[in-house]
Amino acid sequence: MSHFQFGVVLKSLPFLWSGLQITLTLTVAGAAAGILLGVLLALMRLSKSRPLSWIAFIYVNLFRSIPAILVLLWFYLLVPLIIDRPVGAFSSALIAFVMFEAAYYAEIIRAGIQSVPVLQREAALSTGLRNWQVMLHVVLPQALNMMTPVMLNQAILLFMDTALVSVIGLHDFTGTASIIATRDGKVVEFYTVIAVVYLCICLTASQIVRRLQKRLQAG
Amino acid sequence: MSKYNWDWSILGEAPYLGWLVTGAELTIALSLCMWAVAFIFGSLIGVIATSRNPLLRAVATFYIGILRNIPPIVQLFVWFFVVPELLPFSWGTFIKRDLSYGPFWTSVVALGLFLSARIAEHLRAGLDSVPSSLVNASLATGLRVAQTYRYVRLPIAYRKMLPTLTSEFLVCFKMSAISMTIGVAEISAQSYQIESYTYHGIEAFTAATIFYLCFSTVIVALSSLIEKRGALSK
Repeated sequence: MSHFQFGVVLKSLPFLWSGLQITLTLTVAGAAAGILLGVLLALMRLSKSRPLSWIAFIYVNLFRSIPAILVLLWFYLLVPLIIDRPVGAFSSALIAFVMFEAAYYAEIIRAGIQSVPVLQREAALSTGLRNWQVMLHVVLPQALNMMTPVMLNQAILLFMDTALVSVIGLHDFTGTASIIATRDGKVVEFYTVIAVVYLCICLTASQIVRRLQKRLQAG
Repeated sequence: MSKYNWDWSILGEAPYLGWLVTGAELTIALSLCMWAVAFIFGSLIGVIATSRNPLLRAVATFYIGILRNIPPIVQLFVWFFVVPELLPFSWGTFIKRDLSYGPFWTSVVALGLFLSARIAEHLRAGLDSVPSSLVNASLATGLRVAQTYRYVRLPIAYRKMLPTLTSEFLVCFKMSAISMTIGVAEISAQSYQIESYTYHGIEAFTAATIFYLCFSTVIVALSSLIEKRGALSK
């Protein structure tokens, strides 16, 4: 082990940090926008309109049956074609993750909405609220609250999935490490360090989620 | 989209059709091998996680904690780039140079072990859900602890887990695509290669997408058949 030099990693910290920022931005923006689109899809899926429900069903199942890496490749190809001008790998990756995660969030949120007792809905309706008001003020807040731990766990999975973006040439945390590792011939050191960093972040995040879950169950 | 030059016939032409077919075969072979690793190690660690020995339980918790919390692609890189360097020199050169289909087997190990941690966690929950009265009853009939696992606890846990195992297999199937990053020419890699050779990316990715959709549908249908036969009567 003595011939491995972990000191070189220290010198590259600014590069690695810039990569980690991309990873974190993708995770936070992807999860936030993914949840918004997910709510929309869940509402469509549960709506009384057959076509809307079908569109949401097809969307969710399509995205859930193909690998994240293929989704990234798809959007890297499609986004510039559709808007007819080149966009960077970052925008493509962000759009890909938002669309991809929305499918997973839609299923989580749908389960949340369905777990709110029907009696509450009926009670809310009988107070004179309209259907959409019941959804917006009574059902959705409870559903999202209940599903917060599950959605956060999904965000941790997204955090890990963002490591795939190097396949479309985006320099996230893993991508930067790969580049410097190959350039300096220090593959062992860099991959070990980023594995440990990912491990620490994910373990800490899932501990926090677990604590939150306990508090939700207790309260 | 106006500038895109459509040509679906490209998918039927040589050599592209052949690429897609070998890619599909490789994806299926890879997923099955990964699944074997995931199932065997997942079962082992899952059983250890329910052991009465606190040291063994700690080993299982450690294993699951590490493998579940590092992105699979990083684990793949660690197995592919780091592990051969840490082994004795001759082993390292064997893996890097002499082993045929090296990236394939590396993916089997790396991604299979990642999935094994997920399966171990599910199996732990499944084993814990077997009523303790049932375990005690089987011990009272003279079965040893290992035999209670073999004849009572594992069969019940696996049956309860059938839907979970199906979805884990689908995760495994999709995850095989990550192997393209170290050069395994599975279906996603092949469609990407067709894209870069011909600029007919939409057609090529559509082919890969349809393959994933069809295979997933077949698996879901098969597993619901198995579930009907193997389900515990309620």
